[in-house]
Amino acid sequence: MDRLKVATVWLGGCAGCHMSFLDLDEFLIELAGKIELVYSPVVDVKEYPENVDVCLIEGAVCNEDNLEILHKIRARTKVLVSFGDCAVTGNVPALRNKLGLHNVENILQRAYVENAQNNPAIPKADGIVPRLLERVTPVHEAVSVEYFLPGCPPPADRIKALMTQVLGGKEPKLEGANLKFG
Amino acid sequence: MVNEDLNVIAEKEQAARKKIVIRCCMAAGCMSSKSEAVKKNLEQAVNEAELSDGVEVRGVGCMKLCCEGPLVSVDSQNALYEKVTPENALELVQTLKGGNTGIKRGDWNHPFFKKQMSIVLANSGEIDPERIEAYIAVEGYQALLTVLREMTPKQVVEEMVKSGLRGRGGAGFPTGIKWGTVAKTESAQKYVICNADEGDPGAFMDRSVLESDPHSVLEGMAIAAYAVGANQGFIYVRAEYPLAIKRLQTAIKQAKQLGLLGSSIFESPFNFNIDIRIGAGAFVCGEETALMASVEGKRGTPRPRPPFPAESGLWGCPTLINNVETFANVPPIYRKGAEWFASIGTEKSKGTKVFALAGKINNTGLIEVPMGTTLRQIVEEMGGGAPDGREIKAVQTGGPSGGCIPAQHLDTPVDYDSLMKLGSIMGSGGMIVMDDSTRMVDVARYFMEFCVDESCGKCVPCRAGTQQMLHLLEKILNRKATGHDLAKLEELCDMVRHTSLCGLGQTAPNPTLSTLRFFRKEYEELLQPEEFGRYENGEARALK
Amino acid sequence: MAAKTLTIDGTQVSAEEGATVLQVARDHGIEIPTLCHLEGVYDVGACRLCLVEVAGIAKLLPACTTKISEGMELKTNSERLQKYRRMTLELLFAERSHVCAVCVSNGHCELQTLAYSHGMEHVRYDYCFPKWKVDVTHRLFGMDHNRCILCARCVRVCWHIEGAGTKNVSGRGASANIINDLNQPWGQSDSCTECGKCVMSCPTGALFHKGSTVAEMVHDRDKLEFIVNAREKKQWIV
Repeated sequence: MDRLKVATVWLGGCAGCHMSFLDLDEFLIELAGKIELVYSPVVDVKEYPENVDVCLIEGAVCNEDNLEILHKIRARTKVLVSFGDCAVTGNVPALRNKLGLHNVENILQRAYVENAQNNPAIPKADGIVPRLLERVTPVHEAVSVEYFLPGCPPPADRIKALMTQVLGGKEPKLEGANLKFG
Repeated sequence: MVNEDLNVIAEKEQAARKKIVIRCCMAAGCMSSKSEAVKKNLEQAVNEAELSDGVEVRGVGCMKLCCEGPLVSVDSQNALYEKVTPENALELVQTLKGGNTGIKRGDWNHPFFKKQMSIVLANSGEIDPERIEAYIAVEGYQALLTVLREMTPKQVVEEMVKSGLRGRGGAGFPTGIKWGTVAKTESAQKYVICNADEGDPGAFMDRSVLESDPHSVLEGMAIAAYAVGANQGFIYVRAEYPLAIKRLQTAIKQAKQLGLLGSSIFESPFNFNIDIRIGAGAFVCGEETALMASVEGKRGTPRPRPPFPAESGLWGCPTLINNVETFANVPPIYRKGAEWFASIGTEKSKGTKVFALAGKINNTGLIEVPMGTTLRQIVEEMGGGAPDGREIKAVQTGGPSGGCIPAQHLDTPVDYDSLMKLGSIMGSGGMIVMDDSTRMVDVARYFMEFCVDESCGKCVPCRAGTQQMLHLLEKILNRKATGHDLAKLEELCDMVRHTSLCGLGQTAPNPTLSTLRFFRKEYEELLQPEEFGRYENGEARALK
Repeated sequence: MAAKTLTIDGTQVSAEEGATVLQVARDHGIEIPTLCHLEGVYDVGACRLCLVEVAGIAKLLPACTTKISEGMELKTNSERLQKYRRMTLELLFAERSHVCAVCVSNGHCELQTLAYSHGMEHVRYDYCFPKWKVDVTHRLFGMDHNRCILCARCVRVCWHIEGAGTKNVSGRGASANIINDLNQPWGQSDSCTECGKCVMSCPTGALFHKGSTVAEMVHDRDKLEFIVNAREKKQWIV
C-alpha cells in the first residue's frame, strides 16, 4: 500500500504546534513507516507538491504569503486539518484585528519603530517580506477545511488520536477533553 | 358629572359652531411644514376681512393626505386646499368673499378619501384635539357613560368578545379574550397600559391618533379599566412624539377637570386615573414585558412569558396592555354596538385598520380601510401607484417584524391571516411601498441593521445572531459571499426565530426570510463561486 | 404542595409543583446546559442554551424559567436543540474575543467547557473583533469586557445576594456592557463592597482576581542569574 502523503505547514503562529508534533516521540517512528512527509518546516522541500493526502496547517492567515500558499495547498490537497488554535480561531495573532482598520501600520510602527533598540524602520522589501493582511483570519475563513484540531498547542496525545484515526481511514472526530481550545 | 352635564357641554359646543369652519391640519406632519403659521395667518386674515362672526379657523388633527400638507379645508366650499403656505393664507380667506386662488385643490372624491372608512380616525381632521368640549360634542364619553350606567364589567367584556376586535399592535390577539383574562385574575390592584411606543420605521398611525383624537384613547382605556377592574392606567409614549405627549397631557387634565377621569366617574363607584410614562426611544420597549419594566423604572428589557402580563404584569399585578389604535376602537364599539363592529371587515378580522402609507407611492399619508381591502386597492387606487411611472415591486408591512409582499400578491386582502400566510404580518400599520428600483437585499439589510441597533442585548440569538445575519447580508451585497454564506444566513434565520427571548428577535429574520422567499434570485445573483472549496473527485482545482 | 408527573426524554418523573423544568431535570440526573443560570439567584432566561421542547407548545421554552405542569412531555436534547445550542455557543465565541490560550479561566471556564461538550471544534461565523476595554482600576479585581457574555450573573449577585447594587447593564445590543455604578471605573465605585461575589459568579474569565492573568504573570529572572552563577562561578550562596 502506498504511504499516505502528509504535509505540515507553518503560517502565522509560534511553531508551538509543530513542537507538540515532535513531542509525539516514539509514535513518530511508527508514523514514519506509514506516511511520507512530503512538505514541512522540518523537510527541505521548497515547493508544495501535488496530490497531497493530508495537510496539517498551523497558524492563522496573517500575510499575503500565507494566503497564497493556502490557496495552493487547497488545490493540491485532499484533506486539510486546521492544526492548533491559531489556525482554528485566529487566536493570539488575530488579536490585532481589534485595533480596527489600519492596524497593520499601527502594529508595525509599534514593533519596528517605537520598540526598536537599533535601526528603527519598518521593513519593506516587495517580493521578499510579505505584506500583512488587514485582517487576520482563521484558516477556514480563507479556504474550506475538513477537520479541526484545536489546542494551544494541541498536546501530542491529541495529535496522535487524530493521526491514528486518519491512518485508520476513519473520519477524524475529537471528543470531550480532546476537543479543547487553549 | 352626569349625563345631563355631558349633554349641556355638547349642546353648548354645537350652538357655538360658526357657519363656516376652516380646518387647518395641526398634526406633526403638516406642522413640520409650517401649518402653525398658516393657521395664525388664516385667523388674522379672517379678522382683517371682518368675517370672524361667521367663520371659525379650527386647528384639527391629521387630515390624512400628508404628502400634500399643510392641508386646509373649507366646509362651506367642500374644498380641500393643499400645500398651503403662510403667504397665501390671505388669498384663501378671500375666496369666502368670492375671490380666486391658485392654491392647489385636492379632490375629496379621489379613492384616497372615498375608499376610507373612518372609525378610529372619525374625529381626526374634524375636531380640535386640544378641546375636550369638541370631543364631547361628537358623542365623546357617551360610551363610557353607557358602560358605567348600564353594564356590568362582565357584560363589557362579553361585548368586546362579540365585537371580534383583535389587537392592533401587530400580533392580532383577540382583545375580548385578553380583557377577560385580566378580569378573571383575582387581585386587589390591576393596571391598564396603553402602548404608544410606536417604533416601526415609516409608521405613524398611533402618533396621528394621539395627536388628532387623544380623548378617544382615554375613553377607551377607561372602559377597559372598568371591564377588567383596574383603577390606574399608564400611557407609555415615546419621547420622540412631543406633540402627542402634549396633547395627551392636555386631554388628561381636561378629563380630570370634568370628572371623566379620577374618582367616582359619572357618580359611579368607578375610579380611574391615567399617567403618562415617556419612553427614551428604545424599539424593544414596545414589547410588553420590556415596556412594563420601563414603566417600573427599570432597564427596558423583556422577560420570558409566561407569566403573561394578564396574570403578572406591572409590579406583579394583573395588567392589560393594548395598543393606541385598539383603545381608540373601543368607544365606537360601545356607542354603536358589537354587532355593528362585527359586521365590518372579514370573517376573522373585524373592523377597520389604519395604515401609514409611505415609500415609493404617489399619495403618502394616513388611511383607514375595512379589513379585507386588497393591497392593490390600497396602493394602486388610494395610493395612486408608484411615482415617475415606475412599477410597484413589493409592499412591506409589519416593519422590522414583517415581510415584503411581492406585486404578484397585491390582490391579497389585508387581514391578519392572509398576511401571515405570505410570511408577513399585519403589524401596527406601517406600509412601505417599493418600486422596481428597489433592491430587495438592500431592504433586508436595512431592517436587519434596524434590529441590530434595537436589540436590547439580553438574549444571545437576538444580540449576536442579528449581528452575524447583518454581516452575512453585507457580505452578499458586497459580492463577497458564496452559496455557503447564504446557507449560513438561512440557518441563522431559523435559529434566531426559534430561540430568541422576545418578539423582536423572533421576528427579526422575517424581512430577510420573506425577501428570500419571493426574491431569492436577487440574492443568488450576488453570490460568488466557491473558489477555494473542497477538493472534489480527486481533481485539484485550478488556481485563480 | 401537590406533586406533578411529567415525562423528560421518555422517563417519567414526578416533582413538586412550582419547581422549574431545569431543577427537576437536574434532580433526576438529566443535564441541560446553562450559562446565565446560577443557583441561588433568580433566573432571566437570557442565554437560551437551556431551551427545551414541550409537546403541544410550538415555542421552545427555557428550562430555567418554565414551571413544570401535570402531564408535561419534554425533550431536552433533540437534534434540533443540539444544533441550536452549538450555534448559540458559536455566536458567543464570534461576538467578542474569547482567546482561551491567554485567558485566566482557561481550563475552568463554563463557556469553554460547553463548547467542547457540544462538539464545537471551530466557529463557522466570522469573528467580530469588537474593541472592548479592560478595567483594572479596582484594587482587587479586574473586568475584561472582551470575555463577557452578558449573562448578568454578576449583576444579579451584586444586587440580590450582596445588596450592593454596583453592577448593572448599560447600552443595548452589541454595545451592551456591564458597568459599575453610573458607568465609572470600578476602582472609583462607592457602592462596591469588594465582596468578590461577582468574580465568583462569572462563568468566563471576564471578571478575575488581580494578579491571575497571563499579562500580569511575574517572571522571576533573578532565579536565572542564580543558576548561571551556580554553574559558571560555582557560587551556591547568594
